[in-house]
Amino acid sequence: MDILVFFINKVVIAGTVLGSIYALGAIGATLIFGILRFAHFAHGDMMTLGAFFSFLIALLFYHYGIFLPIPMGFVVMPLAMLLTIGVALGIDKTIYAPLRKRGARPVTLLIASIGATLMMQGLIRLFFGTGQYSFFDYGEPKTIIKLDMSWAGSRPITFTEPQVLMVIVTVVLVLILNYFLTATRFGKAMRAMADNADLAQVSGINTQLVVRLTWVIAAALACAAGTMLSLDVSLKPDLAFNIILPIFAAAIVGGLGQVYGAIAGGFLLGFAETLGVFNWATILRPLGNVLPSWIVIPPDLSLVPTEYKLTVSFVILVITLLWRPTGIFKGAST
Amino acid sequence: MPLIEVKDVVGGYGGAPILNGVNIAIEQSDIGVIVGPNGAGKSTTLKAIFGLLKVTTGSIVFEGHEIANSLPDKLVPLGLSFVPQEKNVFTSLSVEENLEMGAFTRRDDITGTLEEIYTMFPVLKEKRRQPAGELSGGQRQMVAMGRALMSKPRLLMLDEPSAGLSPRYVLEIFEHIVTVNKAGVAILMVEQNARQALAFASRGFVLSQGQNRFTGSGPELIADPEVAKSFLGG
Repeated sequence: MDILVFFINKVVIAGTVLGSIYALGAIGATLIFGILRFAHFAHGDMMTLGAFFSFLIALLFYHYGIFLPIPMGFVVMPLAMLLTIGVALGIDKTIYAPLRKRGARPVTLLIASIGATLMMQGLIRLFFGTGQYSFFDYGEPKTIIKLDMSWAGSRPITFTEPQVLMVIVTVVLVLILNYFLTATRFGKAMRAMADNADLAQVSGINTQLVVRLTWVIAAALACAAGTMLSLDVSLKPDLAFNIILPIFAAAIVGGLGQVYGAIAGGFLLGFAETLGVFNWATILRPLGNVLPSWIVIPPDLSLVPTEYKLTVSFVILVITLLWRPTGIFKGAST
Repeated sequence: MPLIEVKDVVGGYGGAPILNGVNIAIEQSDIGVIVGPNGAGKSTTLKAIFGLLKVTTGSIVFEGHEIANSLPDKLVPLGLSFVPQEKNVFTSLSVEENLEMGAFTRRDDITGTLEEIYTMFPVLKEKRRQPAGELSGGQRQMVAMGRALMSKPRLLMLDEPSAGLSPRYVLEIFEHIVTVNKAGVAILMVEQNARQALAFASRGFVLSQGQNRFTGSGPELIADPEVAKSFLGG
């Protein structure tokens, strides 16, 4: 039983957490691709920026000695979302919209978004330096929840309060998004425009407004993902820049432009990466007593070393592209 | 005063103009059919009316409004609607969602119009939860027409509604167009099946090289030996 608990702690919980972050990031990337037809490279930095907004607002509350029963990062998230949305709309208006107006090709927009990446990272470093920050350095405790498993063994199932809230927030956000896309006039218009932008225009859909709504949703989700990631690990200027590649891999694996595909892709890659770095030797160790003595279980039996975690995502990406070139949920190919 | 009057329109996609002075006038009760050889500017004329390409000179007046170079999100509420020739349904949306998108600019209750469309095309009601991409070519054309009718247009423009359909469906689509017209919607369409379409057209326009060659009622044009010889294949 201890081994199962160990597996739950190391794989199930870690995979769910990573999967939630990837999924929220990938939904935004896939929505932007669906509507604007380019890979928004700066999406990771939008996540980081959102996390820093949350951090700043939380600091303000900490400064006045306000502490709440749930982590401040979650409480201030809606405010930080608004700020992130503002930045996203500003970037679209000043950088992407003028390019779109001149009929820029997707690759031009992609390069522009790399420029936006450098700009945002530079600005963050200008204000916060290159160091690490934590929401929990200012007197707020990070509650660790231990589920007693003494009836089965000595090890408890361990996770933190932010991890529980993270999963709840992800589920709630996905449910809201699902309602928006399937039951509201503008949500359906967004799906229509992702499906066939010319016909959406011909139908009289206000495509400019749909574009803005796309940024609103993508930025809000990016802010949530970034904030929750920084609550789980720590806050640094390259927080989400490091995971932008697996996020795009998740969007592509799921099928570009497909929201549900992005969710599936996000969790698939989150779990795959966690399983990839999991040390299987721990699970096999009890067999050591039974196996003949010439079989020695090596101390480290993980598939890939932790530093190479990202390669798991790319292996899955390559396999998916070979087997189903448009992704699991049959997305756009161009 | 005609419902829509296109006067000496010159326009194109930025390079050399494709339309070199097109004139079209349609009354509320009319079915107008534009015919002509490939590259004559037939589809381009519809796109110019619908603001999808630049009109450099000339005027387009719809019910007294000058609408040249207005975009669709302004034109649809005025009462114009357009069914493109290709990719004219949202393949990943259900049939009903396709129809709802046609009514995007309307803020009133659309259930009545939805029922009217289902009465006209009963097969769509059966398949209303199915993605439009799973439908046959003829059924897709019904979805496309239904979507365009959801905005309750005064003028319905169709770009080659019979293209790629089997003869059985061509006849059916034409019958539906006549039905829609009888219900008070003016029609302006481009057709390759020129003879068949002109037969029920109250206004016919023969275009060539971006200009009007002949204008008259459909039967008149069919009877005109010169039109028949040059444009209707003898």
